[in-house]
Amino acid sequence: MSERLPILRIGGNLLVSIQADLDDQTVMNLQEDLAEHVVRHGARGVIIDITAAEIVDSFVGRMLSTIASISRLLDAETVVVGMRPAVAITLVELGLSLGGVRTALNLEQGLAILAERSSAGPAAR
Amino acid sequence: MTSPGLDPEGTRIQLIATSDDVVRARQLVRTLAVGCGLSLVDQTKLVTAASELARNTLSYGGGGTMSALPVERNGRRGVRLSFTDEGPGIPDIDLALRDGWSSGSGMGLGLSGARRLVDEFELRTVVDEGTTVTVVKWSR
Ligand SMILES: Nc1ncnc2c1ncn2[C@@H]1O[C@H](COP(=O)(O)OP(=O)(O)OP(=O)(O)O)[C@@H](O)[C@H]1O
Ligand SMILES: [Mg+2]
Repeated sequence: MSERLPILRIGGNLLVSIQADLDDQTVMNLQEDLAEHVVRHGARGVIIDITAAEIVDSFVGRMLSTIASISRLLDAETVVVGMRPAVAITLVELGLSLGGVRTALNLEQGLAILAERSSAGPAAR
Repeated sequence: MTSPGLDPEGTRIQLIATSDDVVRARQLVRTLAVGCGLSLVDQTKLVTAASELARNTLSYGGGGTMSALPVERNGRRGVRLSFTDEGPGIPDIDLALRDGWSSGSGMGLGLSGARRLVDEFELRTVVDEGTTVTVVKWSR
């Protein structure tokens, strides 16, 4: 039973929360929905909150990298926030480095990263 | 007493026929891992390995089952999981177990990564007959 996750807007950024028990189709839907929202709202940043995710496997990990790449092409930056320590340990052992994905410990720090980027102005992009 | 999906020795069987079943398999493994006293990190490793193997069973094996069983050896408790399908099998095991090798569009990390995340790993496969991957994670 696939669903569509709510995508929230905070200022010029988009925020989505991932739960552990998403089925694969829901994960794929999110990828498409986020790309569409970035363009529709001219979002400059995307925050993916994985605080509630008890695991990140290769499927979700690949989705995080793909979302980061897609957003970058659409001139938005992605920050993944809230990774649990056990998840980080497991990801490294799995062999998934999430290269190209920015991370921050929590939502506040993620928003700070995005704010820094937008205040740097177009010349710095 | 036996309930559906639970044999007299306590093996639980989870059908893996849809991506919802992969979610259910993860949840069952989490419950067993907690019950066997695995640490949070070890629970996370085992559930992640199960997720990889269940997805392989679904997408390459054409579906199958996961059987899950709490085990005990020398006073240590653990969880044993077997993922079985009657799919095409794996022609080249060494290649399939290599980091980064995928016959499809995956990252090729599922099998090799799952092997690193568990304490025991066994892969049995016969071309045109199917594949069984059995893993065990022990409490420390
Ligand atoms: N149950 C299975 N039946 C048949 N072939 C399998 C099975 N499990 C794995 N394979 C084969 O082994 C290869 C490697 O599997 P692995 O899980 O490591 O990578 P992947 O599934 O391709 O990518 P990823 O898991 O990183 O998304 C697969 O591409 C597939 O060809
Ligand atoms: Mg796989």
